[in-house]
Amino acid sequence: MQIVFPIVIDAVAYASWLFIVSLGMTLVFGVLKILNMAHGSVYAIGAYAAATAVALAAALGLPPAFSLVAMLLSAVAVAVTVGPLLERGLLARYYGRDEVVLLLVTYALFLMLEDVTKLIWGVNPYYVSEPAQLFGNVLFAGMRIGGYDLFLMVLAAVCGLITWYVLNRTTSGKIVLAVIHNPEMSASMGVNIQRVYVVAFTVGVFLAALGGAFTAPMISVQPGLSVSVIIISFAVVIIGGLGSIQGAAVGALVVGVARSLAVHLLPEIELFSIYLVMAAVLIFRPEGLFQSVKARLI
Amino acid sequence: MISSKLIGKTRGGLVSMLAAASLLTLAGAAQAQETFKLGVVTFLSGPAAESFGMPAANAAKLMVEQFNKAAAPAPYNKVGFGGMKIEMVLVDENGGGAKQVQELRNLYQRENVDAVIGYVGSGDCLAVAPVADELKKFLVLFDCGSPRIFEDASPKYVFRTASHAAMDNVSLVRYLKSHNVKVNTMNLINQDYAWGQDSRGDFLASMANVYPQAKMGADLLPKFGAGQYGTEVSVLGGKQADITYSSLWGGDLQGFLLQGAARGLFKDTTLVLSAADHVLPGLLDKMPDGSIIGARGAYGILSAKSPINDWFQASYQSMHKVLPVQAGYRMTQAFMGVKLAVETAMAKNGGKKPSPEQISDALRNSTFETPGGQIRMALGDGHQAIQGTAIGRTRYDAASKRVLAVDVQTFGAECVNPPANMKSMDWIKAGFPGAKCN
Repeated sequence: MQIVFPIVIDAVAYASWLFIVSLGMTLVFGVLKILNMAHGSVYAIGAYAAATAVALAAALGLPPAFSLVAMLLSAVAVAVTVGPLLERGLLARYYGRDEVVLLLVTYALFLMLEDVTKLIWGVNPYYVSEPAQLFGNVLFAGMRIGGYDLFLMVLAAVCGLITWYVLNRTTSGKIVLAVIHNPEMSASMGVNIQRVYVVAFTVGVFLAALGGAFTAPMISVQPGLSVSVIIISFAVVIIGGLGSIQGAAVGALVVGVARSLAVHLLPEIELFSIYLVMAAVLIFRPEGLFQSVKARLI
Repeated sequence: MISSKLIGKTRGGLVSMLAAASLLTLAGAAQAQETFKLGVVTFLSGPAAESFGMPAANAAKLMVEQFNKAAAPAPYNKVGFGGMKIEMVLVDENGGGAKQVQELRNLYQRENVDAVIGYVGSGDCLAVAPVADELKKFLVLFDCGSPRIFEDASPKYVFRTASHAAMDNVSLVRYLKSHNVKVNTMNLINQDYAWGQDSRGDFLASMANVYPQAKMGADLLPKFGAGQYGTEVSVLGGKQADITYSSLWGGDLQGFLLQGAARGLFKDTTLVLSAADHVLPGLLDKMPDGSIIGARGAYGILSAKSPINDWFQASYQSMHKVLPVQAGYRMTQAFMGVKLAVETAMAKNGGKKPSPEQISDALRNSTFETPGGQIRMALGDGHQAIQGTAIGRTRYDAASKRVLAVDVQTFGAECVNPPANMKSMDWIKAGFPGAKCN
């Protein structure tokens, strides 16, 4: 029991972070059928924007708790600036082409955004650990748990529930589901497909930026952030099934548990553990755990 | 008769001197027009850029400027390299070993550089060293730490003007012992790649000699660039240890320190970090006080005061507005080693631009003074440097808003580096035979 509790807590904490980032990626794939390589770059931009916003809030003399609002606002700012610009300005030109073309376009975008990030923020690191320090830590069952980790778990749950609720319980969400199911039929019924695409992509960008923004207090924000995130996010959405929100949640949990088990019990295989789990899942479920059923069009 | 012979000899001597002077003048004129094209390779992007690449690139820019203006102190006060102005071609190291092999060939064969100074990554050093030898071109490795480059091979045209990584861990363990740090239990966290694995091996072998009773608790190997260390912090927190050793660096080290501090990890354990000076200017008060750190040499806040170090620190701060850290020091000592080697070779060949063989002959087994202390090309048949190093404890000074080093202890080169006839791991395992410590 002494070892089980830390393994579970660490697994859920890691999965929460992963879920926030992967949720946006799987949503974009579900709606637009784009495997967005630039998702990691937006995550990094979110982290940098949050670092800047928190520093600005401190410089303006705002109370420390406002730093959390500043981080949220920075993610919104990134989403409304970058989302429509990329979707309307670039990706929309390639719809209808082979999925591989879009993959290459987003990869090119990923490379360019790396340089744009460096151009704006340079290569020096940014630290904004103050928001994480607001939460302190809790001693529970002999384990010191970071308060900020618990906050991230709540944030991940809120993100997942809101996304699920909007998609399944609101008219707008049902329109999005209709577009996912059959864009042509939805268009013929009067759905503004372009608007759905731009909104879905912007929400995906927001979730990536939100992940980056709320990770910033735990790390040193500097070049290279995007690469590690994109690889692990791919692993999550592939395990869960591309386009599935439940899949992203379960995929994040599977990766979190695999990593936590490896670090606690067999650190030598930590690097390999995630890919081992991914390979095991894909052997039995080549399309992931929650690949949605596709209706065959006659 | 005697006088006529004397006159004849004197006239002959004068003619010879005039001829030699004319040749030297011509050579000098040729040098004045000639440049020394130098390839410099370091990380300009990617995760290693901030910690190592940019400080090194900044030092390279400073050296080119100072040498070309003949503004460096003696014996580095001639213009450029032996009168030839230095023309630098700066290349990004990011992209992996295969790319670096291609880039090195480009530098030698398309850019026609006369020499290359470069490489932070041990994997990159191991990949490019055979290429320089194959092309018979002069290459100085300035930063990478793997001992294998000169212990597993004997390249002819390749040199390293900094000590390899064994020194870092031997000096840390010697410091723990000489400061009576109690170590009955230890936790380890190192990156799962060449640098982390080699550092871990050297540290454990050194501890086995000096602290044979020390038991290991956690022994973690997160991937390079992991970013998230919550799980690792839990494991380390669950296994109380007197010390927590790490060779993490850059963003990984910063992330680990921030996340560990947030969970109170460092309250009951002493941090022992082999390469940590470069994160201090960014972390400031977030760096746990009392951490025992190395800088992979007597560099930065661990460096000793000397005229050449004063000049370097003042020039670097004037140009880049920050105190230089370890990679900047190592780049500087590579520049200094190459400058003296080129000038020594030129002195032997009538002032002409020297060939790679001539520069290699001049650098091999040489000794030179640098801001980080004396460098002796003593290992690997005179191709691998040894140098002294320093270890200290950190203390944040709120008044100056800087992290200071206190209780600094310096170690001579022959105290913490293996002798020429032994591989570093064999030397450590044998209990440091032949070590000369004061």
